[in-house]
Amino acid sequence: MAKQLYNPPSPLETRVLSKRFGLEGSETLDVYLANDGFKAFLKAKEMTPEAIIEEVKTSALRGRGGAGFPTGLKWSFVPRTSPKPRVLVVNADESEPGCCKDRLLIEYDPHQLIEGILIASLAVDAHVGYVYVRGEYRYLVEKMDRAIEEAYARGYLGDNVAGTGWKFDLHTHSGAGAYECGEETALLDSLEGKRGVPRMKPPFPAVAGAWGMPTLLNNVETFSAIPPIIRDGGAAFAALGTPKNGGTRLMCLSGHVNKPGVYEIPLGFPMMKAINELGGGMRNGKKLKAVVPGGSSCPLLKADECDIPMDYDTLAKVGSMLGAGGMVVLDEDTDMVKFALRIMRFYQHESCGWCIPCREGTTWLRKILQRFSDGHGRREDISLIGELSKNMLGRTFCALGDAAAMPTISIVEKFTEDFEKYLVAKEAVAV
Amino acid sequence: MAELVKLNIDGRDIEAEKGALLIEVARQNGIEVPAFCYHEDYTLQAACRMCLVEIEKTPKLQVGCTTPVAEGMVVRTDSDIVKKARKGTLEFLLTNHPLDCPVCDKGGECELQDMVFRYGAGESRFVERKHHVDEKQWSPVVYFDAPRCILCYRCVRACNEGMGVGALGVGNRGAVSEIIPNHDDHLECDECGACIDICPVGALTSGSYRYQTRPWEMEHVGTICTHCADGCKTTLGVRNDEIMRGNNRDRSGINDEFLCIKGRYAFDFTKHPERLQSPMLRTANGHEAISWSKALDIIATKFSTVKLAGGKFGVIGSNHTTNEENFFLAKFARQALETKNVDHHRTGDLATLFDALSGKNNALATSADLYNAKAVLVIGADLSQQHPFLAFQARANVRHHNGHIYAVTTGEVREDQQAVASVRVQKGGELAGVESLREKLKAEGDLVVVFGDAVQGDALRKLVAFGDSLGIPVKYVCLVDYSNSRGAFDMGVTPKDGGLSREEMLAAADLDVLWVVGANPLKNTQLVSKKAFVVVQDLFMTETAKQADIVLPAASAYEKSGTVTNVCGEVQKLAQAIKVMGPKTDLEIMGLIAKEMGLNLGIWLPEKVFAEIRKAVHGYDVSPAQLAVGPAATMPLNGRVAALPGAIQSSGDTLFTSGSLTRYSEILNSVMEAPGQLYRGKGQ
Amino acid sequence: MTFSPQLEQRFAKLLTRYPEGRTRSAVIPMLIYAQDEVGAVTRELIDEVAKRCKVTPVQVDEVVGYYSMLHRKPQGKFHVQVCTNISCLLVGGEELYEHAKKKLGVGHKETTADGQFSLEEVECMGACSWAPAVEINYDFHHHVTPEKLDQLIDGLRKAQ
Ligand SMILES: Cc1cc2nc3c(=O)[nH]c(=O)nc-3n(C[C@H](O)[C@H](O)[C@H](O)COP(=O)(O)O)c2cc1C
Ligand code: SF4
Ligand code: SF4
Ligand code: SF4
Ligand code: FES
Ligand code: FES
Repeated sequence: MAKQLYNPPSPLETRVLSKRFGLEGSETLDVYLANDGFKAFLKAKEMTPEAIIEEVKTSALRGRGGAGFPTGLKWSFVPRTSPKPRVLVVNADESEPGCCKDRLLIEYDPHQLIEGILIASLAVDAHVGYVYVRGEYRYLVEKMDRAIEEAYARGYLGDNVAGTGWKFDLHTHSGAGAYECGEETALLDSLEGKRGVPRMKPPFPAVAGAWGMPTLLNNVETFSAIPPIIRDGGAAFAALGTPKNGGTRLMCLSGHVNKPGVYEIPLGFPMMKAINELGGGMRNGKKLKAVVPGGSSCPLLKADECDIPMDYDTLAKVGSMLGAGGMVVLDEDTDMVKFALRIMRFYQHESCGWCIPCREGTTWLRKILQRFSDGHGRREDISLIGELSKNMLGRTFCALGDAAAMPTISIVEKFTEDFEKYLVAKEAVAV
Repeated sequence: MAELVKLNIDGRDIEAEKGALLIEVARQNGIEVPAFCYHEDYTLQAACRMCLVEIEKTPKLQVGCTTPVAEGMVVRTDSDIVKKARKGTLEFLLTNHPLDCPVCDKGGECELQDMVFRYGAGESRFVERKHHVDEKQWSPVVYFDAPRCILCYRCVRACNEGMGVGALGVGNRGAVSEIIPNHDDHLECDECGACIDICPVGALTSGSYRYQTRPWEMEHVGTICTHCADGCKTTLGVRNDEIMRGNNRDRSGINDEFLCIKGRYAFDFTKHPERLQSPMLRTANGHEAISWSKALDIIATKFSTVKLAGGKFGVIGSNHTTNEENFFLAKFARQALETKNVDHHRTGDLATLFDALSGKNNALATSADLYNAKAVLVIGADLSQQHPFLAFQARANVRHHNGHIYAVTTGEVREDQQAVASVRVQKGGELAGVESLREKLKAEGDLVVVFGDAVQGDALRKLVAFGDSLGIPVKYVCLVDYSNSRGAFDMGVTPKDGGLSREEMLAAADLDVLWVVGANPLKNTQLVSKKAFVVVQDLFMTETAKQADIVLPAASAYEKSGTVTNVCGEVQKLAQAIKVMGPKTDLEIMGLIAKEMGLNLGIWLPEKVFAEIRKAVHGYDVSPAQLAVGPAATMPLNGRVAALPGAIQSSGDTLFTSGSLTRYSEILNSVMEAPGQLYRGKGQ
Repeated sequence: MTFSPQLEQRFAKLLTRYPEGRTRSAVIPMLIYAQDEVGAVTRELIDEVAKRCKVTPVQVDEVVGYYSMLHRKPQGKFHVQVCTNISCLLVGGEELYEHAKKKLGVGHKETTADGQFSLEEVECMGACSWAPAVEINYDFHHHVTPEKLDQLIDGLRKAQ
């Protein structure tokens, strides 16, 4: 019997990670086991750690948390033989505006995530892991707790995982409201009970992470992709996508489309096809104005820049990013001043405050954009917005400053006329 | 020898130690890289982004404060991009910074002001509203003005890492982030003011100094703190013969930037209204002011008469007057009064230590040794309470050199936080506690043993024997109280060669004269002799002064020059910060008494007396030139030292007390009730 | 401070989750779980969590100020969180929030006089593809329209 999903699946999807979504009881171990569950772990148990990592490299899987770093390479950085114990951390902080996919992976298929974590634990010889879940996802903490409990009860976690003698403990850890805690090192500080302020790198978490121990940290979706990769081979996964951009990913389509939803599509899927077919076209027959390709941190693309395949490298070529899969579609009626303001309000609210350019820059920009949107903009503000954003760009302690600057620069440069409209309106009133 | 790398900064070829921080390497080569959050003593933050530099082949600007230098690096600190970035950062900083330099305490000493002056922020393009928060008073010592704060986190680190207190934190998030005190709206801490001193701007200000004066209106006099035995340098800001503030911001003393509340703020006793202004004679109606000539005449006459009659003198010197004064006093007593009854309040068993170490070289630790030794063992003392600077040194050792601290004490101490092993013992059980650490200590490269008055006499000999048995270099610090206990001992203000001890003098029914120079022996004790003529030199009407026939008003350490010797045997120079009208220095008083008695004890100028000390006191042959630039380590007599009669007991002063001076320092009294007890736990 | 047996049990478990001597790690989960029961992060709660996690109160204070879900004042029994971030904004999130203000008669981070409802304009809550979204306490509601919000609120009111 099928279960109602938040949005109906589409025949255009390639469902690898989400293949169990919609099965009744998909969150239970029984259903998981009946549908290929733990085959990959048992296979991995017979492999050497090097072979597991090699397989992940072959899959061309890139981190799904935003930065798109090659996962296999990251795993190979963890000093497996360090005298300090290794720690696994799952980044389930999902807070990037536009993104809502990790939620589903935990809600519908927590055991796939657990299996992915277990395989990673074999690869880096770790025996404990934490799933850091944003505080707002309390129901997911509970779902994850239940899945973990079930896995312990049935011997898929604990001292003798799946009867192999492998020992692994897994825990959830709830955040309490902070976007910045999605940044991997801020997350580690938060996991240690501190303010979510990022850490200096180096040392990278792989070398000294949680409590100073070597730490492998990946996004929920990244870990969830591991069981299919090991089960069916890295090459098969890679083949689904484009070169260096392996596999499928969950794309969160939102905004002015007829059928918003989370869809699993292969890397390289055409952006226009995503809008027009997967998304059922523009709402109310409006024209496309812009696309946020991967979440609010990514520079926006104008309508005429959107005829591209969605993979990391192409997006980089057009000056944007695939981010964490949050694709937001904007129609011709969208007020880009208000849109820029809303983005800046977000980053200003979420800036941890640690470094000057981000703390003061987002605050200043927010104030200018607010004033602008209130109808008190000055012509010189338009260039000031761009300049101040560039004064943040690349100069902040962590990437949040960049995340605030990049979309803002793209908006003020690509949609200057939206800003000018405010001036015209004001100048007209002044006459 | 560390590996060297070659790099190029601003077109100059430079060689530096591999891995050294770029900012340091630049500075060592005279290239200024501006910084707010970077502080060489504390953990790196990379928060202010002021130190951005351009590194060839690196796409983004890099922070100089956390980037290690590497072979072949080509760095620009003066390119247009870098200059623009600095300007941009300053512009951001100023958006929420109030423009109140003209009234700000930091005006003239503000790093932000300097930076804006040097690197410019141009006309501000900021036309929005600033976020205002009212100034807060966190303690009598510490005030916080949030809008001025640039969030460099220096204060937080100074308190946490430097002081081991951890009283400051960061509250809120983002633009409204703010430094917070440990108790909602107030601080319970050491009240040391380190946070204030390290603040680059005027966000943290001191209760005693704020709005009083401006830096350029003061004269800055570097002298030695008069409170505990650690001998910190404090630079007193003086205006119109009034001390306005104390600090060690130029880090010129043995104490680097360290000072505790006493060194930084407790100079206020100098202007206490009860300060004695003229000599006083006891009459039937209590004490009455008399002239100096009358007082000197009475004293000289009495001293001469008693001496002629072969009467019994008791002379008690001070553990906070200068070496010169103590030397002169001892000489006065032995040569002129012909008495061996000379003593001072002894607070540590120096005699036994020196005797037990006889024949050894290099067995006394300097304050620098506490910072450099592989291990420090603290026995029977609450170091952070009683010797805040030594405790700071040990903490800095852990921070910078991964040194090991061991603590053997009767109760919890702050040192536990960092100690590799803490042993709790009953009083008297210290040696057993130390013994339990034997195997660990043996494995250390070298050791400094710091012990309090709990270890004296036989126990101390056993401790030295224990040290000998470890097979590693061991040095000792015998903890003593007050600014010149060690000097008083070295100058011979002791009942050696069969004199009466302090207790014996007070108990002698036939004592004819009791002469007390800068001490309060009758605080809790009765003077047994009813006939004794009592002369007291002091700043205040202490319990002892109240019983004196004649009281002479004395100058404090901040009102005179001379030398003092700290707990580690380091001799340092006092510099006179202010002049006083009524009182005279103890040296001058003694000189005048001698003159009045017609004695020739030499010229009573501190330099002349010190010249005598150089010849007469073992280990003090220190040239004035050397003293002018810093402390000189003394060496005790390298031979047998006879045991001394009398009790040895520390007065157990805390961070917030300073013997009899405590009650005359408003600042110490104002904060005392706040902490009640020293703040210890800084958590995980 | 005493808590319900369930919460006590949770705390006990939390304290064993982290490596030896790392009880500080339990601070944030403890605060948020306790807040649910106590209603707010009170001074007493801060001191209690500090004691249990072996940290200083200021270390807990630092955290309380940082995380936006931790609050020192009690919220309504039902905390209505309306997202106005980009995906919601595009499909009526702001209008929804304005509607909620009128409906409840309170503004951002305010509580109704009867203490039943509080309102907060929040950042993206991870429901962008099913926007506009509202979270009441920990329950998600998707594709929320003003009418649907009215029904939700009225329903909760009635259930009292
Ligand atoms: C401000 C900021 C917020 C982030 N938020 C998240 C997040 O919510 N979830 C996530 O998985 N990664 C997030 N990241 C990316 C992480 O830092 C990290 O790169 C990622 O979790 C690594 O996992 P991956 O390699 O599997 O993608 C964020 C990064 C930044 C700079
Ligand atoms: S860029 Fe700076 S202030 Fe912004 S979130 Fe990162 S560290 Fe915090
Ligand atoms: S102990 Fe008090 S005065 Fe000293 S640095 Fe800490 S907060 Fe400041
Ligand atoms: S109070 Fe001063 S030292 Fe502390 S963070 Fe602010 S500016 Fe820096
Ligand atoms: S000095 Fe380098 S970032 Fe502050
Ligand atoms: S933008 Fe509203 S839930 Fe993501």
